Amino acid sequence: MPKSSSKKEKPVEELNYEEALAELEEIVASLEEGQGQLEEAIRLFERGQALAARCSALLDAAELKVKQVAGGEVADFEEESE
Amino acid sequence: MQPSLFPAPVPQTFTVSKLTFLIRKLLEENETLQDVWVQGEISNLSRPASGHVYFTLKDANASLRCVMWKTSAVRLNLSLRDGMAVEVHGRVGVYEPQGQYQLYADQIRPVGEGALFQEFLRLKAMLEAEGLFDPERKRPIPEFPKRIGIVTSATGAALRDMLNTLRRRLPLVEVLLAPSPVQGTEAPAALVKAIQWLNSQSPDVIIIARGGGSIEDLWAFNDEQVVRAVAASRAPVISGVGHETDFTLCDFAADLRAPTPTAAAELATQTTLDDLQFQLSALRSRLISSTLDLIAEQKAAVASLLSQLRYFSPERRILSETQRLDELSRRMVSSLIHRIELQSSHVKGLTRRLEALSPLAVLARGYAVVTRKEDGKVVSQVGQVKAGAPIQVRVADGAFDAEVKGG
Repeated sequence: MPKSSSKKEKPVEELNYEEALAELEEIVASLEEGQGQLEEAIRLFERGQALAARCSALLDAAELKVKQVAGGEVADFEEESE
Repeated sequence: MQPSLFPAPVPQTFTVSKLTFLIRKLLEENETLQDVWVQGEISNLSRPASGHVYFTLKDANASLRCVMWKTSAVRLNLSLRDGMAVEVHGRVGVYEPQGQYQLYADQIRPVGEGALFQEFLRLKAMLEAEGLFDPERKRPIPEFPKRIGIVTSATGAALRDMLNTLRRRLPLVEVLLAPSPVQGTEAPAALVKAIQWLNSQSPDVIIIARGGGSIEDLWAFNDEQVVRAVAASRAPVISGVGHETDFTLCDFAADLRAPTPTAAAELATQTTLDDLQFQLSALRSRLISSTLDLIAEQKAAVASLLSQLRYFSPERRILSETQRLDELSRRMVSSLIHRIELQSSHVKGLTRRLEALSPLAVLARGYAVVTRKEDGKVVSQVGQVKAGAPIQVRVADGAFDAEVKGG
């Protein structure tokens, strides 16, 4: 069983890739264990589907973010266009 | 001039060849002259079709003829030109036909390289002795970094190559660039600062890189402070300085050495976007199959419970009760029929007996029964009737009325 995280479950759209992936892995592992109530399992499945979709969308939309560090200050970095 | 009986000793006269031979011998027997580095500036460079290279090495006060045979010239890894300051290694010999001593060169390197190389070896030995390059110090490079720090020139091709590589392999990554000059006197201090700044942002891995260049161009990456900063970095460091063949002390201090900046970016992203897509689709199918399994399991459990439930269902009892009821009613009906039959045969028996006792049977034999009409009483004595009284006479098959005549 995944930790009773249902209370503090974040909306899927607010998760970054690593968070979504980690939760998806946890859900799959718990479903594969095959314990728990069916209703909870269906809920987990739906959450898992949403997480997978979130991950997929993040991968599809990923764009390299480049920032510049100087003296501990972080700023956007403008790449020279070729 | 008068001939003398005792001529003064006449100095020996050499042939030109003999003298030249002596000079040559003198030079060639001198060990210093047979294995020497000479520094100077190239002039009168000539490379005829033979492949041999001829030039004059000169400085402010002197010049030296030099020749490099084709066999050595093909191994040269720098292109010579007039005015170039170089250090030439070779042996001093004499070209007898011209009466000219010259340097037979076998190696040429840019000026300063020798000293730099000595310094490189000294520093390397020192830092090695301190354990800075120990294999045990090397940390693994994270397979799936979220944040990659890059120390390089903000304007170089190296940065462009690395960003393109990262974009292609793992665009999910966040790049923190700490721009720094990568050559020149200000480069070492700037590189050290850049490494420290990046560490304050806790990247998963740092790439320190520079495109190819001469040994002087790459020298900042041999600077003691830079090498120490690389070794001290909290985040693991991948170095990608120069080309495949260039080795700097940074490479030795880094956790991983990449042959080029592009290769460094590749080594920093061992997990690629393709890997992640693959991993995700595998998770997806596990999610679906495990849920389907779970549902199938639950269905089977429900089915099994249902069959158990059916076993205990009142339906069975109702059926068996109905059966019992049917049985009872069947038994009831048959016993009833039996009793009716019994009664009916009893009645028949009685009827027969009754018939045997009936007076009507006597009538059949010709007797008659006379009854008074007035009250229906059977007349069994004469005194019961008077003359003229109406009577009824019953015989076997019926009755007729009559009248008493006498009396």
